[in-house]
Amino acid sequence: MESVRVERGTKASRIFAICALPLVAALIAMPWWSDPGDMRLVGEMAYFLALAQLWNLLAGYAGLVSVGQQAYVGLGGYALFYMTGPLNMNVYWALLLAGPFAGLMAIPVSFAVFRLRGAYFAIGTWVVSEVFALSASLIAVLGAGSGLSLTPAILRQISPDRAGRDTMLYLMTLACSALVFAIVYLLLRSRHGLALTAIRDSEPASASLGVNTFRTKFIIYIVTAACTGLIGGLIFLQKLRISPEAGFSINDWTVVVIFMVVIGGIGTLEGPFVGMLVFIILRELLADYGTYYLILLGLIAIAVMLKAPSGIWGWVVQRYDVQLFPVGRRLAPIPSKDAKDVVLSPQPGP
Amino acid sequence: MNWINILIQGGLLGGFYALFAIGLSMSFGIMRLVNIAHGDLIVLAAYVGMVATWYTGLDPFLSLVIVVPVMFALGYTLQRGLLNQTLSGGLLPPLLVTFGISIIIQNGLLQGFGAYDHRLQEGAIETASLRLPGGLSIGVYPLVVFAVALFAIASLQLLFYRTRLGRAFRAVSDDSDTAELMGIDNRKLYALALGIAMIFTAIAGVLFGIRTIFAPSAGPIRLILAFEAVIIGGLGSMWGTLIGGMVLGVAQAIGAAVDPTWQILAGHLAFLAILIVRPSGLFPRTRD
Repeated sequence: MESVRVERGTKASRIFAICALPLVAALIAMPWWSDPGDMRLVGEMAYFLALAQLWNLLAGYAGLVSVGQQAYVGLGGYALFYMTGPLNMNVYWALLLAGPFAGLMAIPVSFAVFRLRGAYFAIGTWVVSEVFALSASLIAVLGAGSGLSLTPAILRQISPDRAGRDTMLYLMTLACSALVFAIVYLLLRSRHGLALTAIRDSEPASASLGVNTFRTKFIIYIVTAACTGLIGGLIFLQKLRISPEAGFSINDWTVVVIFMVVIGGIGTLEGPFVGMLVFIILRELLADYGTYYLILLGLIAIAVMLKAPSGIWGWVVQRYDVQLFPVGRRLAPIPSKDAKDVVLSPQPGP
Repeated sequence: MNWINILIQGGLLGGFYALFAIGLSMSFGIMRLVNIAHGDLIVLAAYVGMVATWYTGLDPFLSLVIVVPVMFALGYTLQRGLLNQTLSGGLLPPLLVTFGISIIIQNGLLQGFGAYDHRLQEGAIETASLRLPGGLSIGVYPLVVFAVALFAIASLQLLFYRTRLGRAFRAVSDDSDTAELMGIDNRKLYALALGIAMIFTAIAGVLFGIRTIFAPSAGPIRLILAFEAVIIGGLGSMWGTLIGGMVLGVAQAIGAAVDPTWQILAGHLAFLAILIVRPSGLFPRTRD
């Protein structure tokens, strides 16, 4: 008589969840105890974290190494500016629609880029993003090469004064990043997540066991694009201006995000947190030395890739076997009278 | 004839793109290395050429005497010291390491030379042109670049199909494990391959620096153009890369004829269209 049950949580994850509550509460209350500068920094951390989680979902789990995610940041930003400006829509509605718009645009894109594998796919997505950037710079109603700005009237829809606006934007960023994280987390814990983890470990093996790899990847690509579009809308709502170069910048929205994920640990949910913190700390420390932090970031990413390809968090997991956001399933023995002679030790790993 | 003019100018431009693409095509074909830093290495070569002309007073063409060995040595060391370690673990390691190199080169150049535009001055040849019957006129410089591209590809074909080294290159490209069993030192051969690829990158960089202004941020678009030429032509086929470059050049010329701002966009769209119809390019030789 086997007496095992499937465990979805770990002891570390339960302790962490309890410890994280006050931190989350402090972050939500930040407008009432902190200053706008720090709030902006935390907001930036939140949206970079969301972008990192999304790229990690794509590359770390679905094996879709895209270097063109800036396409959806730009599309989301432009969608917001176009809907609030020329279409005269309410800013909240526009933000709500920016994500679905980017997701919708990702469908025809996926028909083209999904014909490509590996490196072809990577560069193909980049070319697609360039096509969007060049198109935006040709379309007059999008401000052509110089882009669009948000008018004060649109900003007053959020709040009549500056402080209220800062607070609202900060809370919206926090909420959207939390939403993105929740989507990624729940997706990975769902059936699709199991399929994704299987694809991550071996695509042919998972396909032979009945995983529809194409459909799973397609869903992930579209969901990721929609979430990236939402974050893009939010980013440019704070920047107040969008241009083709800023909106579709590969360095700002993809390269640094890839570095974060790799340094933190690709294929884990904790990795993007760690990587984002490393990035922000490096940038703040080296703010006075121009672009040296980017050079250093590049060097660290190379070193991590060569010496510890599973990143900082991967190293932690190897050593201590902790999981703060468990997405796997573990077998654990149930202490019962019937099963005294069955000895089962908990299985490590996902 | 306007259309003939567009075809000729586009085709000549394609020679330029083919020259960009040779180094990428080689490292892709032989070691399946996706070199994201390729465009930045082209720009780096242009800067090396510029510094060489500053210190020696050589004219840009002759500065290749310095640029070529420098880039060869850089390619050899990069592959030997860094990139060889990335080739066994799937797509991500080489992609990310070369991404890192790309960022380091871009920001290194930015720190060293500032964000300003630079240019290599070659004098009269830049603007000279040949008059042809029918009112056509062809720039001498694009013609020279095209000839260099033809010569470069022809010499690479000779290397690949007429020498022991070339045989070894083809062997590791087809099956690196078996090649190693036959006594080939893959790591050394890969280093040599990137070294040789960088000779062509050096030539491409200097010729690029003479043709247009360049800045530290000029790399990524060169990478995309080179990549498009390689993919349109089909992996592993050098003459295919030339045709790919010319297809790209003609598409851009047609776009530019409609409206000058459409040039690059037309090239990208042609690339995507060809990919959708023929995902492995027009003349594929190597199986990925």
